[in-house]
Amino acid sequence: MNTVALLAALLPALGAAITAAGGRDLRHAKFWSTAPVAAAFVLTLLVAIDHGSGGPSIHTYSIGTAGQFHVEIGTRITGLSALVAVLVTAVAACVQAFSTTYLGGEPRYPSYAAFISLFTAAMLTVVYSADLIVLLVGWEIMGVCSYFLIGHYWEKAVARPASIKAFLMTKAGDVPFLFGIIALGVQAHSFQINAVLAAAGSDALSHPAWIAALLLCGVLGKSAQFPLHSWLPDAMAGPTPISALIHAATMVAAGIYLVALLYPVFVLAPAVLIAMAVIAAITMCGAALCAFAQTDVKKILAYSTVSQLAYMLGGLAVGGRSQAIYLLLAHGAFKALLFLAAGVVIHRVGSNDLSAMGGLRFRMPIAYGTMTVGLLALAGIPPFSGFFGKEAVLGAAYDATGEFAAPGKIVLIFGLITAGLTAAYSLRLWLGVFHGPFPDAPHEREAKVEAPQAELIPLVLLAIPAAALGLVVLFGTGFSKVIGGWYGEQGAVSSDLWPGGLTTLLSLLFVLGFSALVYLAWRRDEQADPAETMLGPARDVLLNGFSFDRLIDVALVRPTRAAARLVDFFDTNVIDAYVRGSGSGARGLGTVLRRVQNGSIQFYLTCLFLGVVIMAAVYAYVGTVS
Amino acid sequence: MHAVYPLGLGALLFAIGLYGVLARRNAIAVLMAIELLLNAVTLNLVSFNAILRDQYGMGQIFTLFIITIAAAETGLGLAIVLLLYRQRATADLSEQRELAEPVEKVDTDELEAREVEAEVAS
Repeated sequence: MNTVALLAALLPALGAAITAAGGRDLRHAKFWSTAPVAAAFVLTLLVAIDHGSGGPSIHTYSIGTAGQFHVEIGTRITGLSALVAVLVTAVAACVQAFSTTYLGGEPRYPSYAAFISLFTAAMLTVVYSADLIVLLVGWEIMGVCSYFLIGHYWEKAVARPASIKAFLMTKAGDVPFLFGIIALGVQAHSFQINAVLAAAGSDALSHPAWIAALLLCGVLGKSAQFPLHSWLPDAMAGPTPISALIHAATMVAAGIYLVALLYPVFVLAPAVLIAMAVIAAITMCGAALCAFAQTDVKKILAYSTVSQLAYMLGGLAVGGRSQAIYLLLAHGAFKALLFLAAGVVIHRVGSNDLSAMGGLRFRMPIAYGTMTVGLLALAGIPPFSGFFGKEAVLGAAYDATGEFAAPGKIVLIFGLITAGLTAAYSLRLWLGVFHGPFPDAPHEREAKVEAPQAELIPLVLLAIPAAALGLVVLFGTGFSKVIGGWYGEQGAVSSDLWPGGLTTLLSLLFVLGFSALVYLAWRRDEQADPAETMLGPARDVLLNGFSFDRLIDVALVRPTRAAARLVDFFDTNVIDAYVRGSGSGARGLGTVLRRVQNGSIQFYLTCLFLGVVIMAAVYAYVGTVS
Repeated sequence: MHAVYPLGLGALLFAIGLYGVLARRNAIAVLMAIELLLNAVTLNLVSFNAILRDQYGMGQIFTLFIITIAAAETGLGLAIVLLLYRQRATADLSEQRELAEPVEKVDTDELEAREVEAEVAS
């Protein structure tokens, strides 16, 4: 099955190469972008079914030695990687099919589709890789694809800085991440993931806290967590399917996946777990509040993604590894669905803004139905998939003991508040887009404006897992067994996803309370934004994302600019002064000497004679002295 | 005869010749001064030939060569002076300054970075 996994990772890369080689020729671009990804989906599904709940299956190829390290690249399949790979290829296939009509008419469609395929290959590399170096390669290729795809509409003034911002902020996390990987590999004497996990398990790492903290930096950058979160809302300048695939379902989940993959390393460092919990708490609450205030549909979903990723990180901080992974999978499905549905709505309405929408439930019944499913899952309404993920994380936080106890309290309190906020912004989005009067058309039932089938079928397909992924709860500990233990081993953990007890009751109360508030505010005036009436003056602050960009501007951008100016001043006025000085000095000396060349032969001869006399005198003097 | 007389005469002739070459303005006078220099040298050669009692008479042989060459050199030099006079109507050496290096003003600002950049840009 390792060969099949390798093939699954290589197929989208091949598709990307062929699509890119076609240039602007649109004839075969649609086939070569969609078919390899779809085939990869089938292969990953085969791998996942074949793997079942078995232990890690590793197959590596030796490619030589580098210094004291023997380099082996290959594939490592665990339950965790097999399931995440299925999520990646499923969403990628849906997005590619969706894009054939959504962006198919654009002249730059082939490059766009090629980048999606390349991204899929890179993400599968991250997921299936047997060693950390290859994982890092895939990790960085994903970052590059993200950069190019955010900047797909480079004609737009918002897209260019957004792509650069995304690249720089993720790189700010990736540099410590690289050091973390090197430290981990050096201390474990191998970069093989299995060897690293074994070293962590036998306490062979000498500074696990430092390593975990360095790795966490990369995770914060990639998964858009505080303080490296602000690139993700700006990344919405890219095409909507990209937001669905990269900036909601897969790439940003790679950070969470990495923590789950190297979980024993993080568990060795309780301080890092607490830091993780605090960061997750700040991010989940802050981002949910921002999502409530935004008026751009895509930005609402972007902040919601940040908030949900923080939920997963919080789940990992309290020891709920399989719970967090469940939420990752469910979130991947319903957030991709939400973004694609939002894309359909945005294309038909012609605006991103919530105030330009309303009353679309009769005009776009399929988008309405699927988005309703997605929002119910996001808000955590039983029995949709998101509910079980949220409850499982909260339950893990409540039951946390030992080193997880302190993070557990933080995550539990903020998780409950966030559950309410999530329901509130989901309801506001739902009401704002599909209910109330449509701003421009008085007769809202008049005409249906459904999207083409290639866009609707992926929506329906994604709605199925978004609604029904909760069925895995019926298997009790089955999901945890498939995910595998901390070291990828077979059936070691028996955590249950079944909701119950105090946390479920409390979170449902929060959900109902916040939703009721939003609904009442909306009922008073159907055209007004509930956020305006409920948040009041705080809305402007939240609309800017707590003015975090301005904080970065003051704390980082301006000092950097000032330092750059200082260096420039030093360069032009100190270093260049020497260079210019040598030039003007030589010319000045030349001017003086040039005056001697006055053309009079007799003067030359006189000088010659004087020179000879001086030399003779010196020679005579030296001769007498010595 | 004491050796100091011819050698002193040679040195005196050389000094006069040197003065003539370096200080006189008339080209003909300079040519004559060169003759004086050559004669000072030949006088020295003959003197040392006598003082050192050279059995091959190298000093005298050199002197004969120098006299021959000096004759040719004077002829050539006079031809040059004649041409110079025909072209320029003067034989004053102090006015022959065509080989002088032209002196132009050089400002220190000329090498400022900004101007160089502007030149590159244009």
